[in-house]
Amino acid sequence: MAEKSGADILVECLMDLGVDVVFGYPGGAVLPIYDALYNHPKIKHVLVRHEQGATHMAEGYARSTGKPGVVLVTSGPGATNAVTGITDALMDSIPMVVITGQVATQLIGTDAFQEADTIGITRHCTKHNYLVKDPGKLANVIHEAFHIATTGRPGPVLVDIPKNVQVATAPYRRPAAIAHASYRPQIDADPVAIETAVEMLAAAERPIIYSGGGVINSGPEATRLLRELADITGAPVTSTLMGLGAFPASSPQWLGMLGMHGTYESNWAMNKADLILCVGARFDDRVTGRLDAFAPNSRKIHIDIDRSSINKTVEVDLALVADVASALSDIIALWNKRGHEKADLAEWWARIDGWRARRSLDYPENGAEIMPQRAIADLYSATKATGKDVIITTEVGQHQMWAAQHFGFDGPNKWLTSGGLGTMGYGFPAAIGAQMGNPDSLVICIAGDASIQMNIQEMGTASQYRLPVKIFILNNEYMGMVRQWQELTYESRYSNSYSDSLPDFVKLGEAYGWTGIRIEGPQELEAGIRQMIDTPGPVIVDCRVAKLSNCFPMIPSGAAHTDMLLDPSQVEGTLSDEAKALV
Amino acid sequence: MMHIQEEHKERHVLSLTVANEAGILARIAGMFTARGYNIDSLTVADITDDHAISRITIVTSGPPKVIDQIIAQLDRLVPVHKVTDLTDNGPYVERELALVKVAGTGDDRIEALRIADVFRAKVVDTTIESFIFELTGPTEKIDTFVGLMRQLGLVEVGRTGVVGLIRGKEAV
Ligand SMILES: Cc1cc2nc3c(=O)[nH]c(=O)nc-3n(C[C@H](O)[C@H](O)[C@H](O)COP(=O)(O)OP(=O)(O)OC[C@H]3O[C@@H](n4cnc5c(N)ncnc54)[C@H](O)[C@@H]3O)c2cc1C
Ligand SMILES: Cc1ncc(C[n+]2csc(CCOP(=O)(O)OP(=O)(O)O)c2C)c(N)n1
Repeated sequence: MAEKSGADILVECLMDLGVDVVFGYPGGAVLPIYDALYNHPKIKHVLVRHEQGATHMAEGYARSTGKPGVVLVTSGPGATNAVTGITDALMDSIPMVVITGQVATQLIGTDAFQEADTIGITRHCTKHNYLVKDPGKLANVIHEAFHIATTGRPGPVLVDIPKNVQVATAPYRRPAAIAHASYRPQIDADPVAIETAVEMLAAAERPIIYSGGGVINSGPEATRLLRELADITGAPVTSTLMGLGAFPASSPQWLGMLGMHGTYESNWAMNKADLILCVGARFDDRVTGRLDAFAPNSRKIHIDIDRSSINKTVEVDLALVADVASALSDIIALWNKRGHEKADLAEWWARIDGWRARRSLDYPENGAEIMPQRAIADLYSATKATGKDVIITTEVGQHQMWAAQHFGFDGPNKWLTSGGLGTMGYGFPAAIGAQMGNPDSLVICIAGDASIQMNIQEMGTASQYRLPVKIFILNNEYMGMVRQWQELTYESRYSNSYSDSLPDFVKLGEAYGWTGIRIEGPQELEAGIRQMIDTPGPVIVDCRVAKLSNCFPMIPSGAAHTDMLLDPSQVEGTLSDEAKALV
Repeated sequence: MMHIQEEHKERHVLSLTVANEAGILARIAGMFTARGYNIDSLTVADITDDHAISRITIVTSGPPKVIDQIIAQLDRLVPVHKVTDLTDNGPYVERELALVKVAGTGDDRIEALRIADVFRAKVVDTTIESFIFELTGPTEKIDTFVGLMRQLGLVEVGRTGVVGLIRGKEAV
């Protein structure tokens, strides 16, 4: 058999695996791979401006298409720059494969030029990682890496390839299907547990479905089944930040997001429910609040493909270790077979309607300033009116929470946000990745004035590849989320949370060949948004919003769901040391 | 003022079979430190003819909920084949080997030898003024022996850490 170089084997594998785009940045230790790419025009390479950008682009691509995102970076600083995005993908269960160059095998350990212990550094921020020392093993490792990244609980997998392994040759044969010796994710739930789950659901008087990112990880079938389950049981549905879109926001059964900045009705319903069905969510501390007061009178069923998510923070009564789609389809089938009818939940819904009547997402308006919530609501209605497929990404902060609260998502894979790591600098590159994967969609990054500066260099990338992404900055001249916490817990001592020396975002856009738009007051809002949507090519919008708005509702850290704050008048401005010690 | 509280801990012996590949120990040990779990001891050696699989025995301690998490976290590491909690899995045998150096003369030396005999420790090195004892047994037995030797001229101790297997004819 003819031999191929390690670099050619890698590229061959990527093609066999259906990879059509790679986000990367060259350097000495990956030059052989870049040379191989030169001859394989079928794989599109997106040249980023910073390796962190490449990782978030890969995440955005992955979350919006359901396919793994692929990153290619050089050794040393290339690899270390990628670490934040790799960790982000681990926390949010995003399938990603990262190829890093490494110094030649005989140089490893000698503090060679641009040597970093990439495997050591990324061991605990990847789902798995590999150092490949033999080109003959490369093909199997690459195929295995994609298998591990995309199955079970998805996550980032890194393959470190020394430069001499890229140059040396070996025979290449496309590997057979992966039958891994020790890695075997459990797909189907125990049938006995399914029976118990159905009985518990049928007996519930105050059920609630708490769905999460795992529904989106599981795929479109899981989303469909979630809707079907809600339909046949009549149960209300809430979701985590990561799960938005899996259940349609337009459904009357939708309660809105739960947790720290979730709605009054969803948090109270969680608190008063007698049965919680957790579907692909992980009882994160932003969701549970004070653990000993979390849903105290409920029985809990947890569907999760990762056994370590079960009983990690909240103990549940019934665990279904399974893929969401498989477990939901088994539950629905058995529910129907047993002839269960929708229970009479009228009383439960009446209570929920009582909580809804508090209208927890309302906000005050004075006509002089743009309220950030209004900007999101208008953005939502204007984009909806276009009839286009809309994908929203966010940075991290208040704007992210307002987007989660005021933008309605009716389908999965349209909402891309950094939940677990909360990475400022995620949203804009994620939008570029999403646009690469969805050329015809309207992709908008909702940003804050501080976050957007963390990967703003990627404006050049969008220009280079003619990607018509839109950046919509809610410019409050503050790191608003930090300022809000300082207001609430440090008696308004605004230590280093003012965004001083902001650039002129309009001129900055123009410098990169973008269109820049400034929206200064409520009367300009609608037209500004319209102009953004109608302008072909990339657009950056500097939307000046009220500077000191706070994001409500809010469950202060360490508090119970029932201690939710609905508006600033309930804020005391100080906090105990115990509460201060929690993030 | 705020103080940090400790929780009640239980000792558990975990037996793992893992792929014998580079970095596996770092992966496991690092998972323990990253998540704040305890390792009281850890032993590893490959156990198959083709050197493909190693057995790792870990002695850990924590509240029952944490032990559960430790097992789940170990189980999800890609190269880990199987995790068994020996402590919770019926009767099992655990053994540790220690080398214990004791220096002394006169009555102390005679007493050390006598105790070694009671514990069935072997003398594996001797000079006029010292012994090295080799002792195997469960951790407590070794702890007790070392405690007694402390009063009789203990110089230093080397211990392997625990290995364990379930009793009976089945494999874990
Ligand atoms: C500033 C800020 C504020 C925040 N406030 C809130 C808030 O108010 N409310 C909120 O909800 N979040 C909030 N978050 C996000 C929060 O930190 C967590 O990221 C989020 O709650 C986790 O979502 P999740 O439980 O759906 O889990 P994910 O992180 O999406 O994890 C998915 C779970 O599903 C499992 N899974 C994956 N694939 C499958 C499959 N195929 N089948 C079955 N199971 C699967 C995984 O094992 C995992 O347990 C905030 C974040 C930031 C940055
Ligand atoms: C990389 C990183 N550093 C720091 C933080 C902490 N942090 C969370 S929100 C925030 C402020 C964000 O400000 P901005 O982007 O202007 O958004 P706003 O809250 O004003 O909407 C900061 C600093 C973070 N999440 N990520």
